[in-house]
Order: sequence, then structure tokens, then C-alpha cells
Amino acid sequence: MLLDLTDDQEFFRETTARFLDEQVPTAELRRRRDDPAGFDPSYWQRGADLGWTSLLVGEEDGGGTISGHGVIDLTLVAYEFGRHGAPGPLVPTNIVAAALGTAGGEAQASVLADLLSGASIATWCYEEPGRRPLGEVSLDIRVDGDHIVLDGVKRPVESAAQAHHLLVTGRTDGGLTQALVPASAPGVSVTPLRTVDLTRRFCSVRFDGVRLPIEAVIGEVGGAAGEAERQLELAVALHCAETVGAMQQGFDMTVDWAFDRYSFGRPLASYQALKHRFADMKTWLEAGHAVSDGAAAAADARTADAGELASAAKAFLGDYGTELLQDCVQLHGGIGLTFEHDLHVFLRRVTLNRVLFGTPGDHRQRLARHVELREAVA
Amino acid sequence: MTVDTAEDVAAFRQRARQWIGENLRPFSSSNTMGLRVRTSEEELAAVAADRQLQRKVFDAGFAGICVPREYGGQALTPAHQRAFNEELTGFEFASRCQIPTMSPCAAVLLEFGTEEQRRRHIPAMLRGDEIWMQFLSEPSGGSDVAGALTTAVRDGDEWVLNGSKVWTTGAWWSDWALCLARTNWDVPKHRGLTVFVLPIHQPGIEVHQIEMLNGARDFCQEFISDVRIPDADRVGEVDEGWTVGTRWMSHERLLFNSPYVTYPAGLERSLAEGSAMQIARDTGRLDDPIARDRIGEARALELVGRQLEQRLAAGIGSRRLSDQAAAIGRLYGGLARLRTATIKFEIAGDAGGAWSDDDGTAAEIGLAFLMRQTSCIGGGTTEMARNVISERVLGMPRERTLDRDVPFRDVPRSPSGRS
Repeated sequence: MLLDLTDDQEFFRETTARFLDEQVPTAELRRRRDDPAGFDPSYWQRGADLGWTSLLVGEEDGGGTISGHGVIDLTLVAYEFGRHGAPGPLVPTNIVAAALGTAGGEAQASVLADLLSGASIATWCYEEPGRRPLGEVSLDIRVDGDHIVLDGVKRPVESAAQAHHLLVTGRTDGGLTQALVPASAPGVSVTPLRTVDLTRRFCSVRFDGVRLPIEAVIGEVGGAAGEAERQLELAVALHCAETVGAMQQGFDMTVDWAFDRYSFGRPLASYQALKHRFADMKTWLEAGHAVSDGAAAAADARTADAGELASAAKAFLGDYGTELLQDCVQLHGGIGLTFEHDLHVFLRRVTLNRVLFGTPGDHRQRLARHVELREAVA
Repeated sequence: MTVDTAEDVAAFRQRARQWIGENLRPFSSSNTMGLRVRTSEEELAAVAADRQLQRKVFDAGFAGICVPREYGGQALTPAHQRAFNEELTGFEFASRCQIPTMSPCAAVLLEFGTEEQRRRHIPAMLRGDEIWMQFLSEPSGGSDVAGALTTAVRDGDEWVLNGSKVWTTGAWWSDWALCLARTNWDVPKHRGLTVFVLPIHQPGIEVHQIEMLNGARDFCQEFISDVRIPDADRVGEVDEGWTVGTRWMSHERLLFNSPYVTYPAGLERSLAEGSAMQIARDTGRLDDPIARDRIGEARALELVGRQLEQRLAAGIGSRRLSDQAAAIGRLYGGLARLRTATIKFEIAGDAGGAWSDDDGTAAEIGLAFLMRQTSCIGGGTTEMARNVISERVLGMPRERTLDRDVPFRDVPRSPSGRS
């Protein structure tokens, strides 16, 4: 997270942090392990009141930022979500709100208003089953007169069982098309997936000849590739901020433990073999803060290198987020592997974030492509 | 500094871009300082070219961007220096006039030097007339800098120096040195040190070029015998050398992030070699998904490193982070370069082990791999950085030492006698 926040940003972050402290302490997260949604509608609505859902939407549509840099402001919330292991569809709802704010029509105005107020939630159906290069989409969106028809499967989709609206990225002939689908539309079936996460819920969503009026299309038919990439950049930047929050929390807990725990008559923190591991972890953590902030700032300003920085952040944080938390477990010893201990809340967060919206390996392939294109120009 | 009294960064950047584009040649690794093997004649020609290039930058008013005007600088801000470095990407620069001349040497003089020392040396550094070295490490131990055995004994208005310094890169063609010496053996080690400046080429200093395992002969060792220095060339108080030394080393750790250093942003740190992508192209592995994975990894490490350096420089500048946090950048940089050297060697395949001139950028990658640990040794080992991070940044208990609170002459030393 940024070292120097504005006073308004700091107040905003602090307000969310205090709210999450009260609402979702780790005991509450444990209590909700089998809760189908993982959170109450009232929790989400109160979060929306704090500004969780409005930061990527322009003021003319009812949104607004804290600092004039909505993506950076939203990463402050994401960071606190990571630090608390908080439930709630923060990333997918904001992605859909941003998409509707950018390219939504009259037909979606009331949906956007409900997302901003927290009255309803939405999620983004992007990734698909099976190994393929990140960004390759095969779900079929066919135009049939003044209707569209969707066929295909999306997974994993966050909070799909709770979502009222699904933003679906699919393929029409040569190009990508995005459509906003009511979760209740005939032909939509949602199957919960099992997950390592304690707080977030994921599903597989199947579209069997889902037929909607063409007004459901967001943006251009066959012309949504740029928007989908933009959404991917945002999702990666937000997940990276969450991961950094989870890393920070796990690291702080483990530093405290190292001072508190005595073995052979001295604190763990006095052993050079362990001190050096803490130094490595601190370095990964600071590097993670730095690249996560860099990716957020680039996504906010829509600079030419935003996609490359997002991939660098994900490639690094995917690997080192899990490395750091696993090392925290190692330094705790057996207690770090118990359900009773809090560490797994954060380990779960970074583990799932590592594989959502592209693995580190997927993003390294993208980085190689960026390097290749740049060196071809040079 | 306000916009009223100084050119704003955007206007400065524009002016820098125009001057750079009209006056500087494209970057070429062949002339840039590094560990590649050159003959003495080639190296001396490169030094002379660097001095001329530095003079050109000075004459154009772009040298010492953060140095006060009275010492020949531009009195602008680190943001201006960063903008200049960004505009310099892809262009030649005077690599031998930056580190350690401007940082840590000029930085230490600005902080601790007398007015006379600053006026004498800093403009000369900025013009390319004086290239400086750090007389810091000694053969008796690299990381334990405060354990210096080189001794300075007072004789009237002069000091007499004896001892040996080592790992000075290019001392044989450099001009001046910043030197840490022991002035008191009867107090604990940190309290008996003093810093001096001295010309390198003088009777009593013998400079020996060390041949490295890759054939490079840039690193030197100096043998100092009865060298006399006027007291006016002392920096800081007598026996207060560690006060200077700790700041000296935090400037050193800033490397390319120092506001006094002109260095093209994003230039690959391993200057002597092609990129991982070029090596893949030259070895026909451009479509190999494993090679591409490694190329992506190297790129991620590079981009993360750049973001980390900016974060640390900003945090240390605004005092949100302690000076000691520079060790985080040192550790990251060392490990990232180490990994990148391994990646390049891996992509080069068997050409990394045996090559011909037809192998393009894959040629000599094996030599770079043999020198790989340089990035984790030079400028303080990564083990030392880990101690600094755990003890000074995280506040963990210090390692037990046998050299505290006892006179330095009673501190145990290597039994081999090499110290």
C-alpha cells in the first residue's frame, strides 16, 4: 500500500479497517465457514455506504472517488479486505460497475444504481474451464435478430450464487462481446464449487441457449476486447492489493510470534537463521507493496504499460504471496497448520488469488509477449 | 523548492529530452563500465571518452541536478534527476563518473566535507576531471568495514597512512579516494576511525590490478606505505569516522537511486549482456514456452525492482522509512540479478558452456554466469543486508559480537595472519 496517503484516503482506509474489525473478526469468519454466501446482505449494504462500490464509476452515474484516482482508492479497500480476510464480492461487483459505467446503456441504469447502493450485487463471468492462454474466450454469444443467445460455461465465478446480475464475456464471430445477464434468466445454471477459501464463494456457471434482448449487450457486439482487457487489469490490480494486505497481516503476526516465542531460552527473533528468513520476507513484502501500487497507479492513469505492470505484479505476488505465507506457517510450526490459528485465513486468501485471473505462469507468458513486441519495435 | 524559484519537472523534462536527442549517441554496452574484458588501452580510451561525455553534460547544465549551485550543480530536486534519467533511457552516459564518484563520495563530502573540500572537489567531479574511488574494504574482511586495519597516525599537521584497501573498481585509472582509516587502537572499533580524502596516484600508493575468474582486471588492490596527508584533507572529526561511515554506506546502498547519480532508467543492470529475449532469439528458442516463461520471470523481476526502488527512495526521502530500508533494495537487487543471470545461462543452453562468435548474445553468457555471485557480494553481501533488515528495520536482537566495548587492539583476528 502507498506510503503517503492523502488525509482523505487515510480516513477512508481507516473507516473500512474499523468496520471490518468490528464486523468480520476471524472468529466470525470461522463461524461462517459453511454459510452459503459467507456474508449478510446488510454487511454488504453498509460497505456500499462506506463507498466500496462507487469508486470506479463517474459522478454523473452516481459514483465518485476519494482522491480523484478511483482505482488507487479502491485498492485501499482491497488491501484491508486482504488484511482482514474479509468476505463480500468486492472485486467482481466493482468490475461490473466499472463496465456499466463505461459502456452500459439506458437499460442498465437501474442495475448500476442498485450496485452502487449495495441493494444488489453482480459478478463477472470471464474465465473458462480447461487450460488455454489467459484471455482466450470461447463462450458463444450469437446474434439472432434483435436477440442474443449465450452458450457455454464459465468458472470459477465469484459469488455467482448470490449475484443478481452476471456480466458475461463471450465470443461473437471474430470478436468479443459482453452482455449483462440476469441471474434468473432461463438457461442459466449455477453450481457451487468447493474452494480453499473460507470467506469467498465460487461457482461454475452454465449458459444453455440463454436468450436475451440485444439491449443486454454492453458496448459493441464483437468489439469488447479492449474492455475485457481493461477489466482484467483492474481485477488483477485489486487482487494484488488484497494479496499484499494478507501478506502484511501474516508477516506482522509472524514477527510478533518470533519476539514472543522462546526456544532454548531465547526468542526465535534472536536466531540468525530465522532473522535472515524474515529479511527475505520483508523484502518480498515491500516489493509486493511497490509493484501492487505501481500496477494500480498505471491502471488508474490508463498508461500504456498498465497491462504489463499488472502482469508483473501478478507474476510476482502470485509466487511470493504464497511463498511468504507458507514461510509464516513454517516459522509458526505446527500451530500454524491448525484451524484454530488465524494464519490460514491469509494463506487461503493468497492461495486463491494466485490462481484467479491468470496464474503467475500465465502472466509470465504475457510478459514475454510484451518484451518481444517492445524489442521488435526497438 | 517552489515552482517560482525552479523550473518545474515537466518543463525540465522537455528541455532534457531535446538536448539529449540532439547531443547524445545511442546507448552502447561496448563502452559502458562493467565486468567485461577489455585491454588496458581500450579501457583507458573508454575512461577518456567518459570524461569528455561528462564534461559535455556539465557544460549543458545537466550535471549535478541535485547538487547546490555553489558547487557547480543545478540545485533541483530528485524528481528532476529522475526525469532526466528517464529521458536518458537508450542513450550513452558517462558510466565511470557516477558511482562511486557522485554517490557515495560527493554525497559524503556534501554532508560532512569542509567548505573548502566541497568547492575544490565537487565541481571537478561534475566536470569529469576527478573520478573517485572508495578506499573502504580491506583484505582482512569485506563486510566488517568498521574493522579497518589501515592506520593513520598524526604527525604535526599531517597524517601518515599505512595499510591496504581492496575491491576498488578502476582505481588504476581514477584520481581521488575517500578513505576510512584507524586513528585509535585503544578504543572500541567504531570509535577509533577517521575519514580522509587522498589522491590515488602518488608515491607510497601501489595500485595492483586483480584478475578475476572471467579475465576482467577492473578490480584493484592498493598498498599504502607511509603516505602523508594534510589534516585539511580529513573529513569529519578525528575518531568520528563511523558517523561519516554509516551515512557513507547508506549513500552507497542507494546505488542508481541516489539523487546525485545520472543513470538511464530501466537500463538492464547487467550491462555487458544481451537480454533474455535476445539470447532466446539467438539460440532459436523464441517459441519455446519454457524459455518464454523464464523471459517473463526476468521481466517481472526487473519491473518489480524498479517499483521497489521508487518506493524505497520516496519512503526514505519522506522519512516514512528509515535509512536502513535501503538494505531491502540491496537484497532484492542482488537476488534479482542473480536469478536473471541464471535465467540467461539456462536459455543460452550449451552455447552457455562452449560458444563461437556466431552465437550472438549467447556468447560469453557462461562467463557472466561464473561471475553470478558478484551481485550478492559487491557493495556489501546479501547476508549483511539480511542482518541490517532484520536488526535495524525489524528491530530483532543483534548478533552477539566479540568486538564491542573492548579496545580494538584486543579484538580477535584471523589466526592465518592474513589480516
